[in-house]
Amino acid sequence: MDRIPILKFGNALLVTIQVDMHDRLATTLEEDLTSKIVELSAKGVLIDISALEIVDSFIGRMLDNIAAVSRILDADTVVVGMRPAVAITLVELGLSLTGVKTALNVERGMALIQARLKTSDSEDDDEE
Amino acid sequence: MAGRNVITVAELVGSNEQIILPQWVDLQKKAGMLQTGRISENELVSQSREFLHLLRDGLATGGTDISNPAYNPARQMLGNLSRSRALQGFSPSETATFIFSLKHPLFATLNRNTALSPTEAAELTWAVTLLLDELGLFTLEVFQKSREEVIVRQQHEIAELSTPVVKLWDGIVALPLIGTLDSQRTQVVMENLLQAIVDTEAEIAIIDITGVPTVDTLTAQHLLKTVAAARLMGADCIISGIRPQIAQTMVHLGVELNVLSKATLADALSVALERTGRAVTKLKKTAAVANQNKMPAEKGQ
Repeated sequence: MDRIPILKFGNALLVTIQVDMHDRLATTLEEDLTSKIVELSAKGVLIDISALEIVDSFIGRMLDNIAAVSRILDADTVVVGMRPAVAITLVELGLSLTGVKTALNVERGMALIQARLKTSDSEDDDEE
Repeated sequence: MAGRNVITVAELVGSNEQIILPQWVDLQKKAGMLQTGRISENELVSQSREFLHLLRDGLATGGTDISNPAYNPARQMLGNLSRSRALQGFSPSETATFIFSLKHPLFATLNRNTALSPTEAAELTWAVTLLLDELGLFTLEVFQKSREEVIVRQQHEIAELSTPVVKLWDGIVALPLIGTLDSQRTQVVMENLLQAIVDTEAEIAIIDITGVPTVDTLTAQHLLKTVAAARLMGADCIISGIRPQIAQTMVHLGVELNVLSKATLADALSVALERTGRAVTKLKKTAAVANQNKMPAEKGQ
């Protein structure tokens, strides 16, 4: 598999990482995701890493980058389902991903994005 | 020559068991082996007898080299013995006495034997001394190792006991920390907390440091790491129970915890409840009933 599928879920994009990430896969995902956000004008990105067992500093940086890029493109990034071991590793590496929102599972992550969409919708309504 | 003589020693040990054994046990008793009441006299005698037999077998085929396979049973028995002594709480010297007190009766037996010339007797005494010394050292080594195992096990138990994660409410867990936070404990604390967050699907984790005696820069860093890891798992952290002196020390040290912190666990819990959309209110009716119940009791006094 040389590409990670990006699914459209309403106004949000859903990415489920189910294979071991290597650097090229990470770069491809970053590029694909950026172009998808623009293409579908997505408001949220949900990255599910519950199947990810091994992380390195590169993957950590990638998550941070994706969050930064999507923030510029007006989309929220939520990373969900991080395993305890992965969280510890990232913290030990000094990557606490301050720019990324996190949630325990996909359900809660989706609720976070929906909440944000609702508020922005009502703002839009106000403008109208 | 030495080989033949060592076999002589083995024979002597075998034929003089009735003399050596009581003397040896006597010496051990004099050294206070039975005073503490940790082992009975019967046990001591049977252990001594068993070792004497194994030593004889070793001497008969293995010479005076304790690394010889012929000594394996003897070493094994000694190992078990000193391990159990270590667990029973014997001191190192008490444990070593088991071997060293054998010297006197053994040498006396050698000297009584007229078949040996004085030179031969002296040589044999020397060889046997070396052998017993090595066995004694071996005993102490096993003893030491067993004690270390006990200490390591206790450390593990303390680590386990001191880091419980308590579920306070649906989606709220608390981590009451007690004792100094070093790197190793932080690791255990972090793992336990993160696992609890997964298990209970917690949204908020309260870290209570009332029981942490001092907070230095390192401890603060450990705390922050734990908070960061919990955030990565999608849980918010609140730190509670920072004592006045600790707060002062932290400010003096320039330590900054960029986390929500509350004075007490109760305050932290109310914030947590609020964030999860709950509130604790007084039940007026129940309070009234409780007061009514209390009134007669007070009158009775």
